[in-house]
Amino acid sequence: MSDYRISHIAALEAEAIFIFREVAATCQRPVLLFSGGKDSIVMLHLAQKAFAPAPVPFPVMHVDTGQNFAEVIDYRDRRVAETGVQLIVASVQDAIDRGMVTEPPDGTRNRIQTPVLLEAAEKYQFDALFGGARRDEEKARAKERVFSFRDDFGQWDPKNQRPELWNLYNGRVHPGEQIRVFPLSNWTELDVWRYIGSESIPLPEVYFASEREVVDRGGMLYAVNEFIQPREGETVFKETVRYRTVGDANLTAGVRSEARTIEEIIAEVESTRITERGATRGDDKTSEAAMEDRKREGYF
Amino acid sequence: MTDVLSSREDTHELLRFATAGSVDDGKSTLIGRLLFDSKSLFDDQWDAVEAVSAGRGDEYTDLALLTDGLRSEREQGITIDVAYRYFSTPERKFIIADTPGHIQYTRNMVTGASTADLALILVDARKGLVEQSRRHAFLCSLLRVPHMVLCVNKMDLVDYDEAVFKQIENEFKAFATKLEVPDLTVIPISALKGDNVVNRSENMPWFQGPSLLHHLEKVHIASDRNLVDVRFPVQHVIRPHSSDNHDYRGYAGQIASGVMKPGDEVMVLPSGFTSRIASIETADGPLDEAFPPLSVTVRLEDELDVSRGDMLCRPGNQPRVSQDIEAMVCWMDEARPLRLRGKYAIKHTTSDARAVVKDVQYQLDVNTLHRDESASELKLNEIGRVTLRTTKPLLCDDYRRNRATGGFIIIDESDNRTVGAGIIV
Ligand SMILES: Nc1nc2c(ncn2[C@@H]2O[C@H](COP(=O)(O)OP(=O)(O)OP(=O)(O)O)[C@@H](O)[C@H]2O)c(=O)[nH]1
Ligand SMILES: [Mg+2]
Repeated sequence: MSDYRISHIAALEAEAIFIFREVAATCQRPVLLFSGGKDSIVMLHLAQKAFAPAPVPFPVMHVDTGQNFAEVIDYRDRRVAETGVQLIVASVQDAIDRGMVTEPPDGTRNRIQTPVLLEAAEKYQFDALFGGARRDEEKARAKERVFSFRDDFGQWDPKNQRPELWNLYNGRVHPGEQIRVFPLSNWTELDVWRYIGSESIPLPEVYFASEREVVDRGGMLYAVNEFIQPREGETVFKETVRYRTVGDANLTAGVRSEARTIEEIIAEVESTRITERGATRGDDKTSEAAMEDRKREGYF
Repeated sequence: MTDVLSSREDTHELLRFATAGSVDDGKSTLIGRLLFDSKSLFDDQWDAVEAVSAGRGDEYTDLALLTDGLRSEREQGITIDVAYRYFSTPERKFIIADTPGHIQYTRNMVTGASTADLALILVDARKGLVEQSRRHAFLCSLLRVPHMVLCVNKMDLVDYDEAVFKQIENEFKAFATKLEVPDLTVIPISALKGDNVVNRSENMPWFQGPSLLHHLEKVHIASDRNLVDVRFPVQHVIRPHSSDNHDYRGYAGQIASGVMKPGDEVMVLPSGFTSRIASIETADGPLDEAFPPLSVTVRLEDELDVSRGDMLCRPGNQPRVSQDIEAMVCWMDEARPLRLRGKYAIKHTTSDARAVVKDVQYQLDVNTLHRDESASELKLNEIGRVTLRTTKPLLCDDYRRNRATGGFIIIDESDNRTVGAGIIV
């Protein structure tokens, strides 16, 4: 450090900590969206570092589709207990039961998470919501600001974003409006994995390779579980897979892999030729602009 | 830990660069070419743009689709807002901001350029310099992007003619002498065909310089930072209120410039009280010294009243403390112009204030750099010099000396939108 240089990972960490502190100091009621996926795990870790030795000064919220990997929910509850943060669960199942949203015929709940998220934000009057989205994930996300304004209806208007100069983030909103804040905007998938490795952050087991019973759907390998049952004509076979992203258990596919440690995962990610969403997410396949459309509606 | 985990010790430098230049001069195509030829694209990303291009009946795969990701951008064939892309080579890690050339979206170009270490200014070899090329070059110099590369693009359409290149190079250099451009490199390229982007071109043997990527990997950026003037804007006060940390009081923030060490005498502004640094802390333990861009928590030896918006500096090297601010302002609001006696909110470092426009001294014509002193307002995309009076003192430096303490944003208090960028002169 004698020539006053730091690695790019250390620079990304410093930027993210700055963003967390800026929100805590200027917004009224922030909340961190926490799914138990690796990006939200890294966010919670960074939030702890930003305020140490004081506790994280805001709650975390899980918009729970009820279609989770069991290991991920266990992990979520363990992390919440260790850090002492308050956990708010906004339940999609509950919203379906109340008639607030209708379950789509194909059973995927990704899209109906949005109204549930917006309802919870309104109920708790959150004005700043931290999300773990990264610009390298997807082409609509590549366009989004670090502090991203949402109107009264939770909508993103990609053609009319607030200018964002230097690190002078504008988090001002009127009641009912919100800012979505993305501290990991400038991180790549590889940065996230390297950071998890260098910080020795524990992860849910699904991220590591193990032998699972899977079915092949359009070239994607889905593990058989509570939500994925073999359809007619599908054969179940054994394959060693891990998950590069963790979304709903009925939408997220595994990738063939022998990587059982963080070091092995990093080595694999370094040489991969496919993006993580391309490799694993059934929910992005619907159309070229699927993510943009969901974001406009108020999705994460 | 093993090699792959030692990423904290891996001091790969980070270079942030932004594209600039007029609409259709080939900025997005260049970024696509750079990503493609440096093998930084994933197969599924490439397959997706190939499919879209083929579906539209394009003659060749449109590389601009790699950054033009919004529905309306693809419909109109232009860039509307900045796209950020990431790639690395064994030499460096890069963050790219691909910005729009269309005048209507100048504010988005300013967004991308504000954090850039280097700007790529593209010019279409057939058209030469146009008003928008001059506007963007001017904005980059105003924002003090430390390095500039003029890319004379579409050389394939002018038979790779050296004379065309030289003429544009000379014209640009003549314009640049009127601006402050500390470091300028000029490269003839074809973004579409790949000449001089990643690989040296065989079509232009008359050009002896490096390829663009080679230049991006080598350009010297380490001394761009200000390590002299200690400026630590206090962002947040950390008080744990727990029994183990009963008396803990730490000032959290990101070091804007200078180097801080425990034991250093510091002054707190605006109060003017002095103390010494007791420790510089992070969640990973205390530091012997701290410098930009680290985020740290500073503890002082004395109990002083310090809060967000205050600044720590050295007693012998202080920023200005002033309520009368002279600034160049770039106006970004289409709904309402900046007006004489208009009142706005401003954000400067970690400090919020209100300001009234006392004087509009002139508006600048970006083509001729002529000053129109009869102007009394600044409309969308106009740049001018103004005098502001703030409700509380700003702790500031000239922007040319310090990008972090010399810039501010102007916010419309009725709808909270960011409507202007200010550069203290
Ligand atoms: N022949 C030729 N065509 C090029 C070259 N570079 C870009 N083009 C074409 O010029 C057109 C505009 O390119 P873009 O990359 O979209 O231009 P841009 O500067 O990003 O435009 P905006 O972002 O809207 O300002 C496209 O049709 C490109 O294929 C080049 O080097 N040679
Ligand atoms: Mg473009």
